[in-house]
Amino acid sequence: MLNLFAMSDPIPASSDPRVLLRTDGEWLRVELQGAWRITERRPLWADLLAGSDPAKVKLAWGRLDDWDSALLLFVFEVRQWCRTKNVLCDLSDLPDALQRMLRQLEVVNETRLVVDRSRDFLSMVGFAAQDVWAKTKEITTFVGECVISAVGLLKTPHKFRWRDCLEEMQQCGAMALPIVSLISLLVGLIMAYQSAVLMRQFGADIYVADAVGLVMVREMGAMMTAIILAGRTGAAFAATLGNMKAGEEIDALQTLGIRPVDFLVMPRLVALAVMLPLLALYANGLGILGGMAVSRGLLNIPPAAYWVETQSAIDLSDIVTGLVKASAFGLLVGLAGCHRGLRADRSAAGVGRATTSAVVMGLLLIIVADALFAVIFNLFGW
Amino acid sequence: MNVSDPDVYALDASGLECGYESQVLLQDVSFQVKRGEIFFIIGGSGCGKSTLLRHLVGLNQPTAGTVKFFGECFNAATADRQRELLKRIGVLYQGGALWSSLNLLENVMLPLEEYTPLNAAERAELACMKLAQVGLSGYDSYYPAEISGGMKKRAGLARALALDPAIVFFDEPSAGLDPLTSRKLDELIVNLRDLLGMTCVVVSHELASIFGIADRVIMLDKSLKGIIAEGDPRVLAKESTNPRVREFLGRGEDAAAPAGQKQPSP
Repeated sequence: MLNLFAMSDPIPASSDPRVLLRTDGEWLRVELQGAWRITERRPLWADLLAGSDPAKVKLAWGRLDDWDSALLLFVFEVRQWCRTKNVLCDLSDLPDALQRMLRQLEVVNETRLVVDRSRDFLSMVGFAAQDVWAKTKEITTFVGECVISAVGLLKTPHKFRWRDCLEEMQQCGAMALPIVSLISLLVGLIMAYQSAVLMRQFGADIYVADAVGLVMVREMGAMMTAIILAGRTGAAFAATLGNMKAGEEIDALQTLGIRPVDFLVMPRLVALAVMLPLLALYANGLGILGGMAVSRGLLNIPPAAYWVETQSAIDLSDIVTGLVKASAFGLLVGLAGCHRGLRADRSAAGVGRATTSAVVMGLLLIIVADALFAVIFNLFGW
Repeated sequence: MNVSDPDVYALDASGLECGYESQVLLQDVSFQVKRGEIFFIIGGSGCGKSTLLRHLVGLNQPTAGTVKFFGECFNAATADRQRELLKRIGVLYQGGALWSSLNLLENVMLPLEEYTPLNAAERAELACMKLAQVGLSGYDSYYPAEISGGMKKRAGLARALALDPAIVFFDEPSAGLDPLTSRKLDELIVNLRDLLGMTCVVVSHELASIFGIADRVIMLDKSLKGIIAEGDPRVLAKESTNPRVREFLGRGEDAAAPAGQKQPSP
């Protein structure tokens, strides 16, 4: 007869899981004791055996304070070992609950299928190509729907949701004033500083006013405002519409026969297309103010002279081209935001992705459109 | 926390005062839940059932009173000790509250990964078994977005069971489920109690479940901000002195048939 404790301590603390091994003829009696908790380390069957090779194993129910899946896993381990070694394993001493759980675990272990969701390179390329085609179709359809809605709006203006539109205008216009003020003022300041250094070398200090004025009005006013609104409003549109989609609000509109584009997209597009030029105009003014401040401080040009010079540099066509661009940018930012929102996945992560891609798409569209405008205006000599 | 002592209450709440910010929703709530009991917290909408649950599991701090799990005070324990105690507590949230970026197997495996010394293969085996226990074998690699509401709840239950909790809280387990699915979930609760000896605390107003599986209930009331009845629902429905309790329970008494055994396992 051999008597050995599994743990090194002869009288272990009552909270430890313990296994008492006893050989009795060709039987190895495995007595389970102590508290078995899944969160604690349990004895491993391979360590307990330590190379010995019993012919028959009997699991015995000892003084157990507490047990859970940890004990189940241990018994399962013993059972699997016995199966592979073709050793008789007697579990009759174990309670019913444990035996039932053991059967469940065995069934799971035998029937478990590992689904491989990975794809090979070729099919990945294929799916990506399909995706590009599908997205292109989607965007075209969306733009088409917007055009149809716009025509409908012109025919029946009383059906337009003016209240929503005004609310959006306040959100994307008035509420954006502080950030637009700060950024455009700083842009004006920076441009004035940069050009002042250069102009001074030629004694052409006063032309700082021309540079700042022209660049602000033709380019930076609209562009900076559009970029701010892409981050501020485009993202908000995508998040709002994405959440509405996840909450089945869009579905509710569709089953009522109301086109989501009429109801949700048009007020937002109109709001942005109207407010962005206004904000851009405001940004132009603040940019010029910034330039004026730098000229006064750095170059000692009196504000009145700066203003006269600015007036002579800018004519109405400069302002109008800037505003036309701003309006177009507004439409693009709104389209990107609404499109991404309406096509968002119905989940928290889906809304997050929609927001990100709305901003990215908005910025991309702004830059591409700006380049196109540059070419077109150049062709017409505006 | 003494889980093995049969004389200690699984959950012992005394003098609880619950609410949000300055608004008190429940006052002086005291009740005890025995080991292996299926205990229901019932009441009409807005009476503070879910609020009580949130305060019991430590999502909100009660402004007064104590919550004891198996004789150990939970709400006054240090943050580390609370974390330790929470390992013995499972919570099933209303919508399942599965993590959407993980598939079902990973959802169930996450607690095992955080708190157990098991290796990856053992974790997967155990998680699969938990999913099988709630009737979701074969759905390991599905994402929460790909399964139905009832399945999400069952998967949420599998996750709540991952660490073999001594006590499991259910927040409206039958809300939004069809009667058959809801009944299956009830049966599952009874089976788990019988098999694992878990204590179950269920927040619900589903009369079929209350009469089907509850051993004991407490009923909360909005205007009185506390418990207005406690006991076996079948007895309360007939013998309660409070007409509101009789009215609440009386409507469903004949509608429900028992879903399983009602005796707590030894």
